[in-house]
Amino acid sequence: MKGLAQKLGIAVLGATFAYSASTAKAAAPEYGGNLNIVVGSKIPSYDGHIESTFGMIHPIRPFYSLLIRENPDNPASPTDFVCDLCVGDVPKGTEGGTKYTFKIRTGVKFHDGTPLTSADIKATFDKIVNPPEGVASSRKAYFKMVESITTPDAETLVFKLKHPSGTFIPSVAMPFNFVYSKKDLDTHGFKWHQKNINGSGAFSFVEHVQGSHVKGKKYASYHHKGRPYLDSYTALAAPKMSVRLQAIRGGRADIEFRGFPPKARDDLVKALGDKIKVQESDWNCVLLATPNHEVKPFDDPRVRRALTLSIDRMSGSKYLSNIAIVKTPGGIVFPSHPMATPMSELQANIAGYGKDINASRAEAKKLLQEAGQSGLKFTFLNRGVDQPYKIVGTWLLGQWKKAGMKVDQVVKPTTPFYASLRKKGDFDVSVDFNCQSIVNPLADVSKFLPSAGNNYANFEDAELENIYNAMLKAETQDEQKPLLRKYEKRVLNDLASQAITLWWYKINPHRSYVKGWKIAPSHYLNQSLDNVWIDAAEKKRQGVN
Amino acid sequence: MYSYIVKRMLMVFPTLFGAAVVVFLLLRLIPGDVCMLKFGGEGGYADPEQIKQCQDMLKLTDPKIKQFYDYMAGFVRFDLGKSMWTQQDVTHEIAIRFPMSLQIAIMATFVSVIIAVPLGIISAAKQNTLVDYFVRAISIAGIAMPSFWLGIVIILGLLIVTQAWTGVPWMPPIFYKPIWVDPMHNLSQLIWPALATGYRYSSVATRMTRSAMLDVLREDYVRTARAKGLIEKVIVNKHALKNAMLPVVTVIGIEFAFLMGGLVVTEQVFNLNGVGKLFVESVTQADYTLTQSLVMLVVFIYVVINFLVDLMYAWLDPRIRYS
Repeated sequence: MKGLAQKLGIAVLGATFAYSASTAKAAAPEYGGNLNIVVGSKIPSYDGHIESTFGMIHPIRPFYSLLIRENPDNPASPTDFVCDLCVGDVPKGTEGGTKYTFKIRTGVKFHDGTPLTSADIKATFDKIVNPPEGVASSRKAYFKMVESITTPDAETLVFKLKHPSGTFIPSVAMPFNFVYSKKDLDTHGFKWHQKNINGSGAFSFVEHVQGSHVKGKKYASYHHKGRPYLDSYTALAAPKMSVRLQAIRGGRADIEFRGFPPKARDDLVKALGDKIKVQESDWNCVLLATPNHEVKPFDDPRVRRALTLSIDRMSGSKYLSNIAIVKTPGGIVFPSHPMATPMSELQANIAGYGKDINASRAEAKKLLQEAGQSGLKFTFLNRGVDQPYKIVGTWLLGQWKKAGMKVDQVVKPTTPFYASLRKKGDFDVSVDFNCQSIVNPLADVSKFLPSAGNNYANFEDAELENIYNAMLKAETQDEQKPLLRKYEKRVLNDLASQAITLWWYKINPHRSYVKGWKIAPSHYLNQSLDNVWIDAAEKKRQGVN
Repeated sequence: MYSYIVKRMLMVFPTLFGAAVVVFLLLRLIPGDVCMLKFGGEGGYADPEQIKQCQDMLKLTDPKIKQFYDYMAGFVRFDLGKSMWTQQDVTHEIAIRFPMSLQIAIMATFVSVIIAVPLGIISAAKQNTLVDYFVRAISIAGIAMPSFWLGIVIILGLLIVTQAWTGVPWMPPIFYKPIWVDPMHNLSQLIWPALATGYRYSSVATRMTRSAMLDVLREDYVRTARAKGLIEKVIVNKHALKNAMLPVVTVIGIEFAFLMGGLVVTEQVFNLNGVGKLFVESVTQADYTLTQSLVMLVVFIYVVINFLVDLMYAWLDPRIRYS
């Protein structure tokens, strides 16, 4: 058994290394072919401004352009943004970081032939930032700092901010900010894009059969010259993970962008060897253990602290990463971002990150005793999703048991789970989730604000709000960093309002003839497909039609 | 006969109404709704204002009695409404999936009948012989094996066997093309789920055929036929089989109706965009309008199939008269 595991490990490493070596050589891209993608979620609507699911992003994003985006050639970097519809570099803030001037590309056309100007981008961001009464916008809250959007001319777009903000540029780069034609918005209204598509992306819409597939074909007038390389793509709906996995194995699909668990990766590599390439990355998603501060004894910070002190994140990382899509221990900021607290600092300053788990658990027991809660009994609410919820939840139960707690786990399907977490608040401690697209530390950590609509711990803390507000208005990272550390310490250590478990780990095994696509720290990113190409000779060698 | 048909058709309405009430109430017992799921299901920030807007738009904030009235009023007008998740017409959502589910149901029924009837007859005719034991073992295995599990085994088997033989693993296509567009693609996708479900279905029918045949073969008129010197083949095929078919037809009818909406897991295993998969998605997405309509569709299919089975009884057994 051990031998098999070692062989698999070597095979995976070999495939990953082979990928690195092949990308290092960087063969010339080839034109042509159809990319078959498998997608594990459904499309609620085509409107990126209201949707939040990768089920919409993966099939629909290639039809649209953005003002700026993550660098498709370096998507692993959480701070590397490039122009898509603008020209030159992504602008720096002027006038004390309160003004951003974008020069817009000329000659860009929507798929229906309408020329794209700054007015279209203004109309798009007006819809996102200040939607009219009755029009939904899922990312309005990210743009609270925007004072005005103006277009001095057809090639210039100016954002004026109320105050400098480190969250602005990453928010603009979010992959949901599809640029719509002003003409469409004016003519058809703000809901037209929910059921219709007219973008300026690398591919134009061909067909969508509900529950089956979305098809796009190459847009010949795409503004990034020479791209896209593919003739077309087909996004095939496949809700079951096993189907997506076997589809890649059986040559029915070339790639899946969300990610597979380690076992699935190992199975694919074992079955197909060098026909599979594996790309892996830290993932900007994390599961939390959220105590309900309104339920006794979780109103007592000593009890909450005991919860986090009992969790052995280091050994959890070692073992869980073999069976689940989690791996990296970290604080409240995505661990690979420059703003994240290094592990050495977390170990020194934050409860539950210490090197000696036995000492941590002894302290947890002592705190529970002081709080009169020795042998604490409670129920842990979990979501009925295997990866990684149920696995991490079951692991947490074991961690708490080692500190003398008696925990029952209640697993609910998604709808009743969220009803409990968000509406009814009828839980002791619940699993919770923070998952974002663009890594935008200041925006991402708003989840821990007591006033945030998605903080389900049910508490108030003025100090946390004050630190966050100061951080939002700090202009540079040097100013933001110490405030972020203070904020993190307040959340994880002083209040222990929530406990971070392990950050997710993204594993994308795909057919090795799929070239050009690079993994990003989020399953929402790098999905324009304009840099993806198919190595036809390799595909033929693999016997895939 | 005609009055019987009219009575049976009129009975459809209270049956559908009863089903409508039950499904409406049961769905609303589940906490949460489609809006909460749509805007916050992936863990991101769900703006309460946006959720409220969505709930208002879908009339989820209306009193339950008004929701039920609207639902029934739409139903009477043959307007099933729009899917709460996709905002597409429910009829459209069902229409794009129905042909495939119907095709699988027909193919599985065909597979089942061509396996079950001969095996059931042989098993009865050769009772307590090795042949009988073998047929019984095969049919019991079919009942014991869930068709979705058999489906998984079939897919894995195809992948492993084709890779071993040709070096290139092969699995059935994962998206549907109608048989009139691409017959090869269509059949290479649907034959496997038809076999997986048809096998289980045939096992039930085999056992039913066997036991019905055994009963009939013990009847006096069969003994008389044997006494008159008729050969066994004629006795079985001409005199016994038709009379033994009554319970078999019932089983086939019920199974056919089940296949139209009940292939919930098998459709997922083979990634078939059918009514069963739609059922699962509509329930997990708390899409009330779609779930309600699907339940009504399945109830309607059951009622119609049962009705047809009842009519077939009269054809199979002339002693049965409906009035």
